[in-house]
Amino acid sequence: MSERPDLCSEASSGLLFREPLIFEMGAEGRTAVQVSPEEVEGWRELLPPGYVRESLPLPELTEPEVVRHYTRLSQWNFCVDSGFYPLGSCTMKYSPKVNDLVASLEGFTGIHPYQPLQWIQGALCVIYELEEMLAEITGMDAVTLQPAAGAQGELTGMLIVKAYHEHRGEKRRKVLIPDSAHGTNPASCALCGFEVIQVPSDTRGLLAPEALETRMTPEVAALMLTNPNTLGLFEEDILELTRIVHDKGGLVYCDGANLNALGGVARLGDMGVDLVHMNLHKTFSTPHGGGGPGAGPLGVKAHLAPFLPAPRVEKGPNGFALREDYPLSIGRVKAFYGHFAVLVRAYTYLLSNGPQGIREATETAVLNANYLRVRLRDVYHLPYDRICKHECVFTDRNQAPKGIRTLDIAKRLMDYGFHPPTIYFPLIVKGALMVEPTETETKETLDRFIEAMKRIAQEEPEVVRSAPHTTFLARLDEVSAARRPVLVAPTP
Amino acid sequence: MSYIPNRHRIQQEMLEAIGVSSVEDLFKDIPESVRLKGPLNLPGPFPEWELVRRMEDLAGRNRPATRLLSFLGAGCYNHHVPAALLHLIQRSEFYTAYTPYQPEVSQGTLQAIFEFQTYVARLTGMEVANASLYDGASSLAEAVLMAQRIRKGRSRVILPTTVHPEYRQVVRTLVGPLRLEILEPPETATLEADWEVLKDLLDSKVSCVVIQNPNFFGTIEDLDGIRDLAQRAREVEALFIVLIVEPLSLGILLPPGEYGADVVAAEGQSFGIPMSFGGPHLGLFATRSAFVRQMPGRLVGQTRDARGNLGYVLTLATREQHIRRERATSNICTNQSLCALAAAVYLSMAGRTGLQRLAALNVNRTRQAMDALDGIEGFHIVQRRCFNEFVARPPVPPSLLNQRLMERGILGGLDLSRFDSRWEGLWLLCCTEKTSLEDIQTLRKSIEEIVDV
Repeated sequence: MSERPDLCSEASSGLLFREPLIFEMGAEGRTAVQVSPEEVEGWRELLPPGYVRESLPLPELTEPEVVRHYTRLSQWNFCVDSGFYPLGSCTMKYSPKVNDLVASLEGFTGIHPYQPLQWIQGALCVIYELEEMLAEITGMDAVTLQPAAGAQGELTGMLIVKAYHEHRGEKRRKVLIPDSAHGTNPASCALCGFEVIQVPSDTRGLLAPEALETRMTPEVAALMLTNPNTLGLFEEDILELTRIVHDKGGLVYCDGANLNALGGVARLGDMGVDLVHMNLHKTFSTPHGGGGPGAGPLGVKAHLAPFLPAPRVEKGPNGFALREDYPLSIGRVKAFYGHFAVLVRAYTYLLSNGPQGIREATETAVLNANYLRVRLRDVYHLPYDRICKHECVFTDRNQAPKGIRTLDIAKRLMDYGFHPPTIYFPLIVKGALMVEPTETETKETLDRFIEAMKRIAQEEPEVVRSAPHTTFLARLDEVSAARRPVLVAPTP
Repeated sequence: MSYIPNRHRIQQEMLEAIGVSSVEDLFKDIPESVRLKGPLNLPGPFPEWELVRRMEDLAGRNRPATRLLSFLGAGCYNHHVPAALLHLIQRSEFYTAYTPYQPEVSQGTLQAIFEFQTYVARLTGMEVANASLYDGASSLAEAVLMAQRIRKGRSRVILPTTVHPEYRQVVRTLVGPLRLEILEPPETATLEADWEVLKDLLDSKVSCVVIQNPNFFGTIEDLDGIRDLAQRAREVEALFIVLIVEPLSLGILLPPGEYGADVVAAEGQSFGIPMSFGGPHLGLFATRSAFVRQMPGRLVGQTRDARGNLGYVLTLATREQHIRRERATSNICTNQSLCALAAAVYLSMAGRTGLQRLAALNVNRTRQAMDALDGIEGFHIVQRRCFNEFVARPPVPPSLLNQRLMERGILGGLDLSRFDSRWEGLWLLCCTEKTSLEDIQTLRKSIEEIVDV
């Protein structure tokens, strides 16, 4: 199981250690959780025979063993705190430490969701005020913090779109989605039973009003837009686009994954957008945690507020309360009240930045992205060369004749100490390299990244194709992993 | 703010390189009419000391259950979170990484999730598990959706009232668009699933039947009843979904894989995740190998690198939204990675002996609490075959009892009438390893005083 043939001792290179699966470690009788055996005497008699499991195939370890194991594993990870992580559409900005300090206060971590209202006023205040702040930033009238992630925010939004039209007695079964959209958009629509109609982008990389106009029929429930779009471009015709949709009785949903390009500069609500979800782990700096937990609040205009998930926090003369009775509500999308500990972090982030800080974050994110765009476009093909917002998209077209593809460039970047950009997305760009620097990166870092990208373009193709060379493991075989999936360690 | 580095001279240099004269020029693609002219109406900015003070003040306006004598459970449990666990999950390398799309620089997260998947499979007695979902309720909704994919065309789901009411609400919301008939047969007077009714409802129109065990009332369901129902489900080819909301129970109870589960949906909060007012928690999802390509969510699989070394990657992505778009098995994009890591660390720390003892201690404490309350005049314990929760019928209304207990700084049980008027008078209590014998005596004395008046 654990053989790593090129390693003959515990140490691999530098301070990276080999480490087996936890199931191959430990010895009988060890535990890191002390429970006195006397306290558990007699429990078997309290359960009927046959109800108790005979085997519990878990390893047995002491606390130092567990700490060392997971510390060693952690050292195999690249992270924002260790280096530049320009993963497009993911907004890998720095997560301020004070947010974690605050979120770990027992007054937040130790509360139970069913405590009486008098004893959770602080928590309800955080929810109420964060909703207000997010509404102000996006130009929406009401916000729910219940959705657990961006994809759930989308789903919540599209369920509201569906409920809204049904309430008005209209049968609208189609949703228009540009071909540059995130995959979650069509997937969320499908879950709501909508038929997805793809709308092609034009040569500018934008959605053209004409392309929308011809498809915008009375059967269309909504346009689902990402703005700025996944090419990092602002949909310049947004006012025209939202007018076309509204004229035919449709709604405009905006995927707010790219809100880091707009905060404090412009508001989607002012542009005719009816619903928008936000990713607190992107725009509002909550840590990504290796892939969650995030949070995906949804903001809506007043005409959609009655459909929001319940319960909602209300402010009354006697403080904050939770209200359940919203007859038009789509219902609950999550148990309890959302990812509260994530919400506390975003709330803290907003207070620490203030209105000026939010605007400066946006401006610098856009400045950094345009700097990369201009400095790299002579070497890497830039299919849409115009002012971008928070990210820009290159391709491997100039390198492909030498046999170097996007994947190779991505892997080679690791040898230079950078996390690769998002690759092969958006799907409308062949061999896409989607770069999002965020506002927290220094010009010095960007310059080093630019230098690395330029050098890779000059390197011997074989060196690039066989990269990475300096990581703990070489390139991994993803094809055979999917062909014969091994998803769990064998049971002893 | 202090998080932004490129200002002043550096900003000027960058603008020159871009070929524009001001930052405003970078936003000229946004229609002038909607560009904000003034600052947003937001509080702040506050320096760090003031920020911390404000947040401490807000936190101080909550009275955390962890600092009180609390008997609240019902899907969110006051278990001890080991210090070493909190330390490990806050390591930057885990905490500030993202989804491990690039396996060569993400082996730490990938191996930890592979271990997590193995833990979930072993605890539930199933063959495969995914990398986690948002919470137990979304796991259950995804399980129902998966059953609907596997048994296409069937129009009914059986979701008895022994399943957590909020979970049932989430299922109704998320599967609503499928226009299924969701049958919710009531529990028996002894707070168990009604096996005869459930079996009668099971026919070839049903895609799946759900059993929560221990159920929402804390009752450990009758094994013969469960096995009969599983058998009946097999006969009509409906999927048998077992929901586990208190996963610590798997430290001693028979795993669902041994009583016929096709899918196990579970909540993992008990494994080292703070209550945090209900989130983030952790959805567990396990099933049989045969259904692996119908599973929702991320999966980590084992493979080898170009030099033949063992390693881990995200796998079977062709099920997922970024490849299959509207035909994906789910719209879910990430997992609950850091919470899954917490669960893996928790289970590693507890291990075989620790987990069994923790579970046993929960059973003992709960029985001690039942016995203590049973001695109070007019107090009725409805069902005693329990893990760490049980329902009592106190001689005074639960709402009044809770009010009086609050005055003594005690968080009593949950007044179940908040969910259903049929449950008027039912009081759901939870004890964990953190509940001491003295705590139980304090509760008993307090109730006696209250009831006596």
